[in-house]
Amino acid sequence: MKTYLREPARADVIVVGGGLMGAATAFFLRTHGLSVILLERDLVGQAASGTNFGNVRRQGRYLPQLPLSNRSRDIWGRLPELIGEDAEFLPNGHIRVTTRPEDGERLEQYARDCKPYGLDLTIMTGDQARKMFPMVGPDITTVSYSPHDGHANPRLAAPAFGRAARRAGALVVERCEVTAISKDASDFVVEAANGGRYIAPMLQISGGAWGRWMAKSFGEDVPMAPQAPQMGVTEPLPYRIAPVIGSASGVTEEVVYLRQVKRGNIIFGGGRRGTADLVTKRARLDPMNTLRQMPCLARLVPAVSQLRVIRTWSGVEGYVEDSLPVMGASPTVSGLFYAFGFCGHGFQLGPAVGATMAELIATGSTDIPLDPFRMSRFTQDAATGPAATATRQT
Amino acid sequence: MAAEPVIIVGAGPAGTRAAQRLVSAGLHPVVVDENDRQGGQIYRRQPPGFHRSHKKLYGTEAGRARSLHDDFDALLPSIGYIPGTTVWGVSDEGLLTMRGSEVTILPFSAIIIASGATDRIMPLPGWTTPGVYSLGASQIALKAQACTIGRRPVFMGTGPLLYLVAWQYLQAGVKPAAVLDTSSLATRLRGLRGMAVRPRAVTNGLRYMAALARAGVPLRSGITPCRIEGQEAGVTAVIWQDAKGTLHRTACDSAGMGYGLRSETQLADLLKCEFIYDTRFSQWRPKTDPDGRSSRADVYLAGDGVILRGADAAEAAGKLAACALLQDRKIPVPGEEILGLRETLNTMTSFADGLAKAFPWPARLAAALPDDTVVCRCENVTAGDIRHAATAYDSPEINRAKALARPGMGRCQGRMCGLAATEILAAARGEPVASAGRIRTAAPLKPLPLDCKVTS
Repeated sequence: MKTYLREPARADVIVVGGGLMGAATAFFLRTHGLSVILLERDLVGQAASGTNFGNVRRQGRYLPQLPLSNRSRDIWGRLPELIGEDAEFLPNGHIRVTTRPEDGERLEQYARDCKPYGLDLTIMTGDQARKMFPMVGPDITTVSYSPHDGHANPRLAAPAFGRAARRAGALVVERCEVTAISKDASDFVVEAANGGRYIAPMLQISGGAWGRWMAKSFGEDVPMAPQAPQMGVTEPLPYRIAPVIGSASGVTEEVVYLRQVKRGNIIFGGGRRGTADLVTKRARLDPMNTLRQMPCLARLVPAVSQLRVIRTWSGVEGYVEDSLPVMGASPTVSGLFYAFGFCGHGFQLGPAVGATMAELIATGSTDIPLDPFRMSRFTQDAATGPAATATRQT
Repeated sequence: MAAEPVIIVGAGPAGTRAAQRLVSAGLHPVVVDENDRQGGQIYRRQPPGFHRSHKKLYGTEAGRARSLHDDFDALLPSIGYIPGTTVWGVSDEGLLTMRGSEVTILPFSAIIIASGATDRIMPLPGWTTPGVYSLGASQIALKAQACTIGRRPVFMGTGPLLYLVAWQYLQAGVKPAAVLDTSSLATRLRGLRGMAVRPRAVTNGLRYMAALARAGVPLRSGITPCRIEGQEAGVTAVIWQDAKGTLHRTACDSAGMGYGLRSETQLADLLKCEFIYDTRFSQWRPKTDPDGRSSRADVYLAGDGVILRGADAAEAAGKLAACALLQDRKIPVPGEEILGLRETLNTMTSFADGLAKAFPWPARLAAALPDDTVVCRCENVTAGDIRHAATAYDSPEINRAKALARPGMGRCQGRMCGLAATEILAAARGEPVASAGRIRTAAPLKPLPLDCKVTS
């Protein structure tokens, strides 16, 4: 018997983590002509990427994130030509609604502030909004309407990017648990539990909630923790609700949101989050949270109280202390790039994260401002990090 | 410890005997049951206002039904009884139940799950035509509402229930157009050795067949179902192939179908009990020790909800699970009682193994389903959709296929279609069905009204 040593696989770039960020990066790296290996522990898009709400929303985001978000909105609209399928993207609008004057004022302020970023929102009174969206409840007093946002199916998006990357020539390896990442003089060496070895001069960590563990291999730590979004879906009914409807309340329990998919079901989420465990990979759906969501959902759209919930779920999301992701080049290790920790608002950004990271890796620069998301905000200037207050909700 | 009650989920044979045994040891369990009246499926009680005799309702099992009903009624002063109530979730606070729009949280110190089983379904072209029922539903129509699924039904599938239901219809004055069994005579004989440990049960089965044959009901075995014909107005015929490959068309106005049973394991899954694949029954089930202890210290299981051994075994298993719980609480249980119950169950297990051999789940039918056949009724997902997810989209297991193509995503969460969908996926990939996994359970176990109110 002789021992068989498997030849390591080599490429220009290794992407560790096949969520939406990693799969999209792998796809766009191929459009730059770089060879790429995408390593995914389970199946592409199975964790946060496949279990989130499916918001394709720009309004309400941390303002400096809007250039990235705008780029993503553009890519969402071009998915069929880029990857051959639309991931059920419905650009039918997004409304944020409030019942309190102080929340209404925040919406108005945001609508003014986001204008220079090219995002045009329409502020409406409750009555004006109910003329356009008759399902909106009588308690709603102020509505911010973003006509070109919408929603898509998270279960489909990342796998679609993964398949497109594979068709474009990427080596996509699923069920491949990375056990060690190191760097010698010129190359990154990745070892996997299946015995595989992968070598490349550049590497991106896009491990979602697990990204912190991987970054730590290079001595760079991020204050972040996993959490579990609380999702649910109703039985189907005729398709009537075009926009995503989300609460803009300042009270966590009230911040629920819903969207109706074409086949008729209403998907909802929000409120308190549950606990998630990085070791067992389990995110907990607490059915008490589902019960708490119900009256809040009925306040947005009273008619939903006549429906029944048929299923609930959760997924492991990574939340960074300042509610912003980690994105860009490593400040200390050359050839190392990060795109993880999207704090529950990464789904809409995914396609542009892929395009922008691929651009950065392939050309060394990008026009999209990534400074607020730099790793060095924790490693070098921790004391003076940005006082970010990104609105969650994805 | 044990300030909170023991909750027994299900008031059929297993749940009733478990409650009785706990009461005899001085405990006051709470019995939650989805049905409005105790008895479970096989010993289902008729609604108030109906006055058929036990003999008429339960035939040879009238004595057992009577005893199960009377014994439960005698327990009522000593237990909490919550009928007409569905357990739909599990939280830190306890089991979450619903009755209409009323949600109640039931704290527990331990749970005995006696959730029973439902028909195992094999889709076929036309099975969503109005007038197609499961065998269990055909039987419930008789027992609960004293009505039938049609004037001239075909009963098709496999398993002892096939003949029992056909015979019960005959007794009720409805002559089935045919009884079509996918298991061949030779296959049934192979199971006989195991079944011989319970000659009375075998005799009963043979008696049903003989009575049907005497009445002129065509009994066919080793058949292959092809399709059900009909329109919105209902079923008009069943098309099937005999063992020689000849096509037949049996005119009928309704069809009852079932291929053995499928344990209702969702609650055990929500409670995060460990599962194993049971090759005898070709399905996943919660892992238990011989007495009914699950992988979780406070969860016990009994009856068809964990191992498909039938009603008599369920009574013994319910009692044994209660004994196990008592032992775990250091409440003395006579050693001979445990040994006796285990011995009873061993006999029942041999019999059940024989039945499973005699009336095997015809996995080949799932593999051979035409691409355009609807498998998941809730989400309108076809066999072809599942195969596409399995191969073109490279889904190695059923939850991935569910995420991409939606089988099992609807109201029933795959309770009806899940096993067949998994067979189709495994066959399309040329892999063993156990490697294709099982559909993950999620709360609510049954659809939960959004206007529900929590009461305490």
